[in-house]
Amino acid sequence: MTLTGNQNAASVSFRGVTKIYGTDVRAVDDISVDIAAGTLVTLLGPSGCGKTTTLRLIAGLEMSSSGTIKIGDKDVTNLPATDRDVSMVFQSYALFPHMTVLENVSYGLKFSGFRKAETRERAEAGLNLVGLSGYGDRLPSELSGGQQQRVAVARALVLEPQVLLFDEPLSNLDAKLRRQVREEIREIQQNLGLTVVYVTHDQEEALAVSDRIIVMNNAVIAQDGTPRELYDAPANRFVADFIGEANILDCTVLTITGDVADVRIGQYELRLPSSGLEPGKAFIGIRPNRIELHEADRDNSIAGTILRQTYVGKHLEFTLATDHGEMFATTGDVNSPLSTGDTVSITFASGGPVLLAD
Amino acid sequence: MIVGWAGFCIVPWYGIEDGFFSFAWLFEGFPFDGDVAPGLFLVLQGEKLWLAPIIPFLAGPLLAVGKKRDDQAYATILILCGALGFAWLIAQGFSIGIRGWQLGWLETLFGPLGDRQFGMGYGGLLVATAFLFFFTQGIAARGAVNGDIFVVGAIGFVIAIVTIFVFYPILNMLASAFITQDNTYSIVVFVEKFTDRRLWGLGCLSGGRCGAAWNSLILAILVGALTTILGLIFALVVTRTGFRFKRSLRAMTVLPIITPPFVIGLAIILLFGQSGTITRFVADLIDVTPGRWVYGLPGVLIAQLLAFTPIAFLVLIGVVEGVSPSMEEAAQTLRANRWNTFRTVSLPLMRPGLANAFLLGFIESMADFGNPLVLGGNFDVLSTEIFFAIVGAQYDQGRAAVLALVLLAFTLGAFYAQRFWLGKKSYTTMTGKGDSGVHPLLPSGLSIPVLLVAGIWTVFTATIYMMIIYGSFVELWGVNNDLTFKHYLTAFAMKFGEEGIRWTGSAWDSFWTTLQIAAMAAPLTAIVGLVTAYLLTRQNFAGKNAFEFGTMLSFAIPGTVIGVSYILAFNVPPIEITGTGIILVVSFIFRNMPVGVRAGIASMSQLDKSLDESSLTLGANSWQTFLNVILPLLKPAILAALVYSFVRAMTAISAVIFLVSADYNMATSYIIGRVENNDYGLAIAYSTSLIVVMLAAVGLLQILVGRTNVGRRMSQSRTNLAETP
Repeated sequence: MTLTGNQNAASVSFRGVTKIYGTDVRAVDDISVDIAAGTLVTLLGPSGCGKTTTLRLIAGLEMSSSGTIKIGDKDVTNLPATDRDVSMVFQSYALFPHMTVLENVSYGLKFSGFRKAETRERAEAGLNLVGLSGYGDRLPSELSGGQQQRVAVARALVLEPQVLLFDEPLSNLDAKLRRQVREEIREIQQNLGLTVVYVTHDQEEALAVSDRIIVMNNAVIAQDGTPRELYDAPANRFVADFIGEANILDCTVLTITGDVADVRIGQYELRLPSSGLEPGKAFIGIRPNRIELHEADRDNSIAGTILRQTYVGKHLEFTLATDHGEMFATTGDVNSPLSTGDTVSITFASGGPVLLAD
Repeated sequence: MIVGWAGFCIVPWYGIEDGFFSFAWLFEGFPFDGDVAPGLFLVLQGEKLWLAPIIPFLAGPLLAVGKKRDDQAYATILILCGALGFAWLIAQGFSIGIRGWQLGWLETLFGPLGDRQFGMGYGGLLVATAFLFFFTQGIAARGAVNGDIFVVGAIGFVIAIVTIFVFYPILNMLASAFITQDNTYSIVVFVEKFTDRRLWGLGCLSGGRCGAAWNSLILAILVGALTTILGLIFALVVTRTGFRFKRSLRAMTVLPIITPPFVIGLAIILLFGQSGTITRFVADLIDVTPGRWVYGLPGVLIAQLLAFTPIAFLVLIGVVEGVSPSMEEAAQTLRANRWNTFRTVSLPLMRPGLANAFLLGFIESMADFGNPLVLGGNFDVLSTEIFFAIVGAQYDQGRAAVLALVLLAFTLGAFYAQRFWLGKKSYTTMTGKGDSGVHPLLPSGLSIPVLLVAGIWTVFTATIYMMIIYGSFVELWGVNNDLTFKHYLTAFAMKFGEEGIRWTGSAWDSFWTTLQIAAMAAPLTAIVGLVTAYLLTRQNFAGKNAFEFGTMLSFAIPGTVIGVSYILAFNVPPIEITGTGIILVVSFIFRNMPVGVRAGIASMSQLDKSLDESSLTLGANSWQTFLNVILPLLKPAILAALVYSFVRAMTAISAVIFLVSADYNMATSYIIGRVENNDYGLAIAYSTSLIVVMLAAVGLLQILVGRTNVGRRMSQSRTNLAETP
């Protein structure tokens, strides 16, 4: 048999979930979120932001201090891990070193009421799916890191869980393998229609695999959206800074007309979507590749000097000194005549800059 | 090289009869009297001509002085002189025994000897050392181990002393098992002694007495299995229940280390002996005559369980904590409930720990001498049988050797059985990065009996130790229960006279000797152990595995076996140290060295190798690196090794009992003597004092280690950083 579309895939819903360690350490603070069935959602954030705790709350390895957690239509808030239909791929893989690969993959099936023959059949189908058929009799210690990782995925997959959880699954792999494995995970998820919650601190990885990304910071959700929304329209300074590289400058919002704001940075005036801000002090975020540099003097621009110019192969990187602090810009034009010491006029590509609340 | 010449020309060649530390020889006819003359004078006076060939070997390296290190001749000269000189020393040492020439043709060559040759003294020692280092320096110059003189020298040194003080005695003992009455070798004698009914008899199956070998084996298996179970129970209580007094349970693990081995046996007599408290109480209750049921297997078993359970706990706590929480969490997310998780994941992952704990319990039980002696009754075990074969009326060295061999075979057999059971499966957690999470609690069906057993056993242990303290103040147990300081006064009385304090108590002699010997052995043990650990963790050289096996071997050898083999080996030249303090010190060094090695390896493997490498690339050689970088970071390990060896030297009995002499009596053998005279009060009082002294020593360690903790934590975090990719 082969593993085909998963009819079990279920949604996950958090309502006001809080997790407090000890007396006053809030690891997760009043989070409400819905994860649709059959989607891959990433929890992204710096270490200590509460993303792993959120994942463990879904798994039932931690119990929430308050709020309700639902998987599908079932309230699982007080169910332990064993009784939730969820399986997890651990950062360290947590393969049982004393069991063979096949025994590892069969482990969960043994406790799920399958008959022996069926257990074996399903386990072998799982190994086949991750491209490891024929490795069943090996011990985990006899496999490479990437193979161990796949065994861990197979072990979680064969249970056909309602929700599949990944805790930084790629952090122990080398860079090349990471790209390959994350594509495989995404492919399996889409082919089988699984609900996957995926924790990572690597924003590139998150952008590449996710249907939706939930950025967390200091135990709360900083922004929740598609990869494109997060990159092009970050909601606040933290997200702009955390996802990709961004220059963040002080600015003044002069007037708001409908959805459009007139904004000023020094002498440079521009119109932007207002992002719901009021007139007054604010911040502007601009990606390095959305900054345009001009040799000639321009009226409406920021004046700057090139501090450093670095050639990195596919593009040029500039570090600029301006009245508003250092800025970082890149250009795909590797033949650009600009070099260290030149004075330049800086403008922003249209649609590039975003107004940010603090 | 200077050392070698000094050894040959200046200090006396032979051992001085007054003892190693006496310097009276400086005034007694030195340097011309044959007894105390240096080797050179002996040769010049034509007395000991066989020492003459040493001269060219010592002179040889002078040729090398002018040469460069990378010169081929330099290395060749050093290797040749070192190897031949050392070989000659050994050859001449063995060929002249107590009764003159050992081999007939030498006698015809040199003529009969008027006098015997004594054991090696300072001179011989220094010359031997010099030859050893000529040799290693030569090898280093040849390019072994990157041409590092310090490392090659250290390896040579450790190999030499382990060979002399571990392998040589054991092989010697092996040989003596085959020696007949008239000093010829015969397999028949061995077979005869080996098949003795007292050794292998199966009488107990039909109501009689079993052989000592069977007794030992049964006892050791029982003790190994039960201590493992109890140790596991305590480890589970500490890590997987909501138990609150974890620290005090950990403190309990110190007890067996500081308790002289037979003290628990004494306490059991006080409780369960014929006039023991509980025996009396029960006897009155159900109206039977108090019996001697505790003497024999039950008593020895209880005593050893009490003594060795904390050791099993110590082994298992590390393993139980070491099972990665991720493993257990993974099992839970894979729909296994708590009980299934424990049964299929936690327990199998603890297998290496269980095997180790069993092995330790087995070996400790095999080697235990004090408890069977005190409580054994008619239940003969190998260790006591060996003792009686040597000191008893039978005085049969051959029999002792055979018994020791059987004992050794059992322990080594257990080693291999353990290896076999663990097989080649892997139990270590791979990719140990990022293991957060907590251990799940035990399933409630398991936690209730576990807590119950742990509670009962704790109360029992506490009672036993209370009895020890209480017993030391009782006039005569079971007969006259008045409280008294009499025993302490007998043992530790002192008078303040005109010439200062006079130590009049009967125990002072052995007490000071013990302290002195322990204080000498401790630093030496730590040094040898740590240098060995350094070599094992930081250097790569051919035969490293064999080297490691050799250094750990003395741990697997029961103390009784060491004791017997030492008196057999070192009773005669060239190394004649029986009856001196040196043999005690040496036996402690090699008994306790493996612990120093283990402690050293454990903390050295936490220090990143890049630390030494950076020191080496900054221009330090490996000795300077060891001294300036490794050693300061190893303070906790050094202190642990120091205190452990100090304390063990004070409580050891199994090897010591064979090696003590009238001049050098140790506390433990003194106490055993009291016990044999049924003088329990004094024995217990003395033991209690020893426990107090050692508690103080351990406390001192805690304070010192606490102080260095900061430095070590820093080094650890540095290591962690280095490991993060």
